[in-house]
Amino acid sequence: MNAAQIVMPALGPAMPELILTVGVLVLILYGAFKGERSAEGVSVGALMLLILALFAVVSQPMGTKVTTLNGAFIVDGFARVMKSLTLLGSAAAILLAKDHFERERIARFEYPILILLSTIGMLIMASANDLIALYMGLELQSLAAYVIASFHRDDLRSTEAGLKYFVLGALSSGMLLYGASLIYGFTGSVSFPGIVTALRESSGLGVVLGIVFLAAGVSFKLAAVPFHMWTPDVYEGAPTPVTAFFASAPKMAAMAMAVRVFIGAFPGVTDEWRQIIVFIAIASMVLGSFAAIGQRSLKRLMAYSSIGNVGYALIGLAAGTQEGVRGIVIYMAIYLAMTLGAFAVILSLRRGRRMFETIDDLAGLSRTHPWLAFCLAMMMFSLAGIPPLAGFFAKFYVFAAAIQAGLNALAVIGVVTSVVGAFYYLRLVKVMYFDEPQEAYEPMGPGLRIVLGLSSVVVILFWLLPAPLVGAAGAAARSLF
Amino acid sequence: MLGLGIISGLLILPLVGAAFILTLSGDEGAVRRNARWAALATTLATFLLSLVAWSRYDSSTAAFQLVESHAWLTDTIRFKLGVDGFSMPLVLLTTFLMPFCIGASWISIETRVKEYFVAFLVLETTMIGVFTSLDLVLFYLFFEAGLIPMFLIIGIWGGKRRIYASFKFFLYTLLGSVLMLLAIMAMYWQAGTTDIPTLLQTRFPTHMQTWLWLAFFASFAVKMPMWPVHTWLPDAHVEAPTAGSVILAGILLKMGGYGFIRVSLPMLPDASHAFAPLVYALSVVAIIYTSLVALVQTDIKKLIAYSSVAHMGFVTLGLFTMTEQGIQGALFLMISHGIVSGALFLCVGVIYDRMHTREIAAYGGLVHRMPLYAVAMMVFTMANVGLPGTSGFVGEFLAMLGAFRANPMVSFFSVFGIILSAAYALWLFARVIYGKLDKPNLQAIADLDRREMVILAPLVVLTLYYGFHPGPVLDVFAPSTEALMQGMRAALSTTQTAAAALPVAH
Repeated sequence: MNAAQIVMPALGPAMPELILTVGVLVLILYGAFKGERSAEGVSVGALMLLILALFAVVSQPMGTKVTTLNGAFIVDGFARVMKSLTLLGSAAAILLAKDHFERERIARFEYPILILLSTIGMLIMASANDLIALYMGLELQSLAAYVIASFHRDDLRSTEAGLKYFVLGALSSGMLLYGASLIYGFTGSVSFPGIVTALRESSGLGVVLGIVFLAAGVSFKLAAVPFHMWTPDVYEGAPTPVTAFFASAPKMAAMAMAVRVFIGAFPGVTDEWRQIIVFIAIASMVLGSFAAIGQRSLKRLMAYSSIGNVGYALIGLAAGTQEGVRGIVIYMAIYLAMTLGAFAVILSLRRGRRMFETIDDLAGLSRTHPWLAFCLAMMMFSLAGIPPLAGFFAKFYVFAAAIQAGLNALAVIGVVTSVVGAFYYLRLVKVMYFDEPQEAYEPMGPGLRIVLGLSSVVVILFWLLPAPLVGAAGAAARSLF
Repeated sequence: MLGLGIISGLLILPLVGAAFILTLSGDEGAVRRNARWAALATTLATFLLSLVAWSRYDSSTAAFQLVESHAWLTDTIRFKLGVDGFSMPLVLLTTFLMPFCIGASWISIETRVKEYFVAFLVLETTMIGVFTSLDLVLFYLFFEAGLIPMFLIIGIWGGKRRIYASFKFFLYTLLGSVLMLLAIMAMYWQAGTTDIPTLLQTRFPTHMQTWLWLAFFASFAVKMPMWPVHTWLPDAHVEAPTAGSVILAGILLKMGGYGFIRVSLPMLPDASHAFAPLVYALSVVAIIYTSLVALVQTDIKKLIAYSSVAHMGFVTLGLFTMTEQGIQGALFLMISHGIVSGALFLCVGVIYDRMHTREIAAYGGLVHRMPLYAVAMMVFTMANVGLPGTSGFVGEFLAMLGAFRANPMVSFFSVFGIILSAAYALWLFARVIYGKLDKPNLQAIADLDRREMVILAPLVVLTLYYGFHPGPVLDVFAPSTEALMQGMRAALSTTQTAAAALPVAH
C-alpha cells in the first residue's frame, strides 16, 4: 500500500503563530460584518490576541530546541525572547494608534489586522530555520507594512511613503532572494544546518557573493546604511503611530533574522561576513549621528536615531560571539522601550486635530508638561547612552562584546559617534528645559500613558534590577551556540 | 535594613529627599520654602550620616571598610560599595559642602526652585557614588550620571551663555569618558571581573597597560581638568549658578584626581611610571600657563576657574611623583582646594547677588562697606595663594617636596606657579576689596547678612585649622598611600628585573 506518507507536522511549537493566524481570520470576519464601527472592538481583540500569543511564547519550555515543519521552523531560547519583544512592540503600536486614529477620523478595523498579519510574519522570521521560511515570514511582514505606511490614504505624504516603501522594499526582497538562490546553488541546501554542513567542506566565492546579497536585503529591512535611504521619508510620511510601529517591532524581527542568518547559517565563515557587518555598522553609526544633527522634524530625527541604533546593535553581530548575541538582545529590548517612550511623547504633542512634529514645538515643555518633558529627557539621555539609564547598559554589552572579540577600532568609532549622537539628543533636552514655553498641549490619551509609563519605568529603573533581562538575553544567546 | 549598609544609606538619603521635594505641591511660595528647607534638612542628614560612617571608620588600616556587595549585572559585576583612606575624606568633603551649596542657593535661585534642589540632591548621590564604588562599572555609572543634573543646573539656572557652556561641559566630559568605558571592558575580559579590590591585585601585561592608561587618562584629564583639555571649565564655571560652581570646583574636579589614585596609579603602575614625564610636562604647563591666563581675566569667576586649573596641575604633579610626600600632598590639596575654591566661589556669589555682575572693574573699595566680607575673602585668597598657616600651603608644599625628589627641574618650574598665583590672587583682592569706594552703585552695598556669615564662618575656621593642623587628614591618607606605594614599588621592581634580565637571557 502506498498510503500517502503525509504526516501532520507537530504544530505545538508554532502555537503563538497559530493563535494569531486563527484570531486574525476571526477578526477579519467580525470587522467585515460589523463594518466601520468595529474598529474599537477589533483593536481590543487584537490586543488580547497579542497578549495570548505572548503567553504562548513565554510558556514554551525554556532551554530546549524544538524544530518542526521538516526543520524549517525552530523554537529556541533566542526565538522566544525576540518574539516576546516583537509582540510587545506590536501591542504598543496598537495602543499608541487608537486615540490618534480616532481623532484623525481614520480609525478603521484594518489597522490592527494588518499589524497582526505583519506580526505573524515577524514571528516566523524569528523562528525561521531555512531560507524559504525566512523569506515567507519576511514578505508577510513587509506586505502588511507597505499597506500600513499608506494607511492615511487621503494624505499625500502617507501614500507617497507607502509607495516608496513598497518599491524599495520589493527591490531589497529581490536582492535577498537572489542571494538566497546563490547560496542554495553553491551549497545545495536551504536549511541553515544544511548550509553549515555544506560550508564545512568547502566555501567558494559564490557563497560569499550570496552572503553579500543576503546582507544587502537584511540591512534594508534593518534600515542600515547604505540601504537606509527610504527610512527618513517613510518615517516622516507615515502616520506617527505607524512610524512608532516601524521603529519598534519590525526592527526586533529584522535583527532576529540577521542573527539567525549569520550566526545560524554561516558560523564557519565568520571572517567573510564580519567585514560586511563591520562596514554596515560603522556606516550606520556615523550617518545616524551626523545626519541627525541638521534635522528639525522629530520623526526624521527618530529615523536617523533608529539608523544609528541599528548600527550599535550590529556591533554585537560583528563580534559574532555568544556575548555579541547577548548584547544584541539586550540592546534591542532596551531600544524598544526607548523608542516607544519617545514616540508616545511625540504623539501627545497635539492641540485639537493639529499634530506638532518639529523640535521647536517642544520648546519649554518642562514648564507646561513637566512629567512629559522629564520622560522624554530621560529617553534622550538614555538614547545618548548616559548611565544610569537603560541605554547605557545596551551600549555597554555590545561594546563589551566587541572588545572581547578584538574589534577595538569598531568599538572606538562606536563610542565616538555616540558622543556626536549625544549632541542632538541633548538638543531636545535643551529645547524642552532651557527655552521659553509655548502654549500647552492637550492631555495624553490613556494608551499613550500606558506605553510611556511602562517604557519610562524600564528606562529609568533598569539599573536597579538588570538581572532578569541580562539573564534572559544570556539564555537566548546560549541557545544559538 | 534590607541588607543595606551605611554607604547605601548615603546614596539613598539624597534621593529620598529629592523624591520628597518632587511631591511638594500647593501655592508657589510655600513650595519654594518647603523645598529649600527639605533640601537643607536632607543634606544635613546626609552629612550627619557620613559622620556616623566616619566614626565607624578605622583610619589605621589601608583595607576597604564598610564594604557592602549586592547582586547586580552578573556575579562578577556587582553593586559593591566601600571606603578606604583615599575615598573617606572625599565623601566627607562632598557631604560637608552640600549644605553650603543649598545655603548659597537660598535666595539667588528664584525660578523652578523645586527642580533645582532635586537636581542638586541627585547630583550629591552620584558624587558620593563615585567615591564609594568598589566596582569599575558602578564607578563609571556614577561618574557619568553626574553629567545629567549638572547639565541641567548649568543650562537652566546659568548665566547668559549657559547653553553653550552646558553643551561644552557635557560633550567634552562625555568624549573623555567613553574611552574609559572601553578600557573598563578590556580590563573585564582580561581579569574576569570589575571588582576594584580584585583588580588592585591583578597585574596587566605592560603593552595593555599603555592603552588602558591612555584611555583612563583621556577621561580623568578632562575631568581634572589638565591643560590642554581644560577649556570647558572656565565656561562652565562662569555660567553656572554659584552653588553649581562650588560643586564643580569643590567636588567634580576631584573625581579626576580620585580616578588617578584609584585606577591609574595602582592598577597600571608600569604605564604610570612610563607616562609620568608626560604628566609632569602637562602639569607644569598647566601651572604656569593657566596662572598667566588668570592674570589677565576681567571676570572674577573666570579668574578663579583658571586658578583651579593651575592648582589641579599641582595635584597631578604630586600624584605622579609617586613619592609618599607627593601623593599625600596632592590628596591634601584636593581636600583643601575643595574647601577654598568652593569658599571663593561662595564669596563671589555674595557680591554677585548684590550687584549682578562679576566684572572685576565693577568693584573696588569694598572693605569700606563690607569689612566682614573682606576678612573672609582675605583668608580664602591667602589659602589660594598657599600662604603658610592656611590649608593651601600644606598641600602645595608637600606636592613640591615630592616633585623635588622625583625631578628637581619639575619642581623648579612649578614654583613659578606659586609666585604667579600670588600675583593674580592678590591683585584680584586688591582691585575688588581695596582702593577708594568711588563707584556710585556700590555706595549702599551691605555687608554679610546672617545667612552668609553662617555659610562662610565654618569654611574660614576649617581653612585655618587645616593650615595649622593638617595631621588628622594626612593620617587618614597615610595607610592607603603606604599600601599604594608598596604595591607600585613591587610592580615596578619586577618589571625592571624582567627588563634587566632580558639581555642576559639572549
